[in-house]
Amino acid sequence: MGVTLRVAEPDPLLSLDGVTLRYGSGASAVTAVQDITVDLAVGDRLVLLGPSGCGKSSLLRAVGGFQPVDGGRIHLRGKPVGKPGPDRMAVFQEFDQLLPWRTVLGNVRYALQRGRGLDRATAGKRARDWIGRVGLTRVLDAYPHTLSGGMKQRVAIARAFALEPDLLLMDEPFAALDALTRRQMQDELLALCEQTGASVLFVTHGIDEAIRVGTHVLSLSPHPGRMKALIPVPLAARQRGTTAFAQLEASLQADLLGEADQDTAPPSGERRHG
Amino acid sequence: MADATLAAPAATAPAAAPADQASRLRFNGWRKVVLLLGLALLWEGYARHLGNALLLPTFSATVRALVEGFASGELLARTATSLELLLMGYGAGLVLAALLTALASLSRWGAELLELLTAMLNPLPAVALLPVALLWFGIGAPSLVFVITHAVLWPVALSSYAGFRSVPRTLRMTGRNLGLSAPRFIIEILMPAALPQILAGLRLGWAFAWRTLIAAELVFGVSARSGGIGWFIYTNRAQLETANVFAGLLTIILVGLIVEALLFRGAARATIQRWGQEQ
Repeated sequence: MGVTLRVAEPDPLLSLDGVTLRYGSGASAVTAVQDITVDLAVGDRLVLLGPSGCGKSSLLRAVGGFQPVDGGRIHLRGKPVGKPGPDRMAVFQEFDQLLPWRTVLGNVRYALQRGRGLDRATAGKRARDWIGRVGLTRVLDAYPHTLSGGMKQRVAIARAFALEPDLLLMDEPFAALDALTRRQMQDELLALCEQTGASVLFVTHGIDEAIRVGTHVLSLSPHPGRMKALIPVPLAARQRGTTAFAQLEASLQADLLGEADQDTAPPSGERRHG
Repeated sequence: MADATLAAPAATAPAAAPADQASRLRFNGWRKVVLLLGLALLWEGYARHLGNALLLPTFSATVRALVEGFASGELLARTATSLELLLMGYGAGLVLAALLTALASLSRWGAELLELLTAMLNPLPAVALLPVALLWFGIGAPSLVFVITHAVLWPVALSSYAGFRSVPRTLRMTGRNLGLSAPRFIIEILMPAALPQILAGLRLGWAFAWRTLIAAELVFGVSARSGGIGWFIYTNRAQLETANVFAGLLTIILVGLIVEALLFRGAARATIQRWGQEQ
């Protein structure tokens, strides 16, 4: 597919310019992603879509500052991204991202105190508000180990939103949930994004989820992760069951499956999943 | 039985044996009471049969000695002396262990240092350091505190460091995401996350320290006036007051059980059990 792979934003929130990430060093180094160039404007929800091994999570971690960049540049609001910070709050797939020794309220409040420097009372007030917005007021004082997976992810989402980051990073946040909960959470996330106008970088391997959640979908090929296509999701396609949705899904699927077919060729050398 | 499976994971290390006894006492106490009564009867019977109070006093004589020892205040004072020394050594050991572990979690050099030191010094029995301690500090409390510190430091540092290392990556990333400073990251994220292992280390350290102290006191016991419970046993043996020797031993067991049951079980209940962190 010959597509222009860069939305030229005049004043991008996030800008990736020829980003390359590697694992290991010397001769055994494996390239995880290669030459990714893409911009994200305020209010965009950019989905990185691809099979495992395309380095989409590595890319997200590099934006978060959790992983060094081996080539190219990542800028947030025109400045190179540095160490991890609350301006790029992340929600991870794993359920253990909440502090087990703090209650639901305590988790969100602590993040606000430390990440935003708020005093305890102000942080508590804002935390309650956000916990209410994800529908968890009744478990305010519960410890994370007593919550279901979906509830834990809701708390993590509330925590991330409460900090009002410039950019939300979501690394397959619903991948470990059952299908029904996942759908519900996608809708809830969408509602929150629309209320707040949040900018999101979202990683998934689910085509359906990508169309549902994103305003733009960047599909990646595996080994190493290269850009395949950057597709804006038309408003009409955002509703499940519409023709536009089905068309977009089919086209993305053909895209990714075509790549998967190539991928079944005998692998050359060792490979790693990023 | 559910009770038994609940009690089982408590026995994680040889030194945690008192823990095991304490938890079983709590979970199905009546069996233990029956067994204890049986053992006491056996002791009483055999001692009477033997008829030699110098070798083996009867159970009743031992209990009487124990009660009299506490009534006269002597055993209590001896126990207090021992515990005071123990707490000093334990505290010093904990501070050093915290420093070493913090260093190890902050830098590669610190990590290598901790690994090297624990590998070398952990197998070294604390009592083996007594001659050195005597040379450096002379006969007295400082020597005892020194060997207790040694006994506590390595197991606590080792298990705390293992705990730090096993903190899930996601949790670390969450902490870094908030932009925490290094001290805050250690105190507010790593330490509570590693609490199960830290508590296990504290328990192990306590058991080591208690044994080391008694052993050290038996060897040179400070002085008659300010000696601890080991000294009490030593002097009573010399005076052939065997019932008192056994009363001293019982006191050691009792203190171990009480600390285990009240302090460590209580701490675990209030923290890691409540937070669902217990392994």
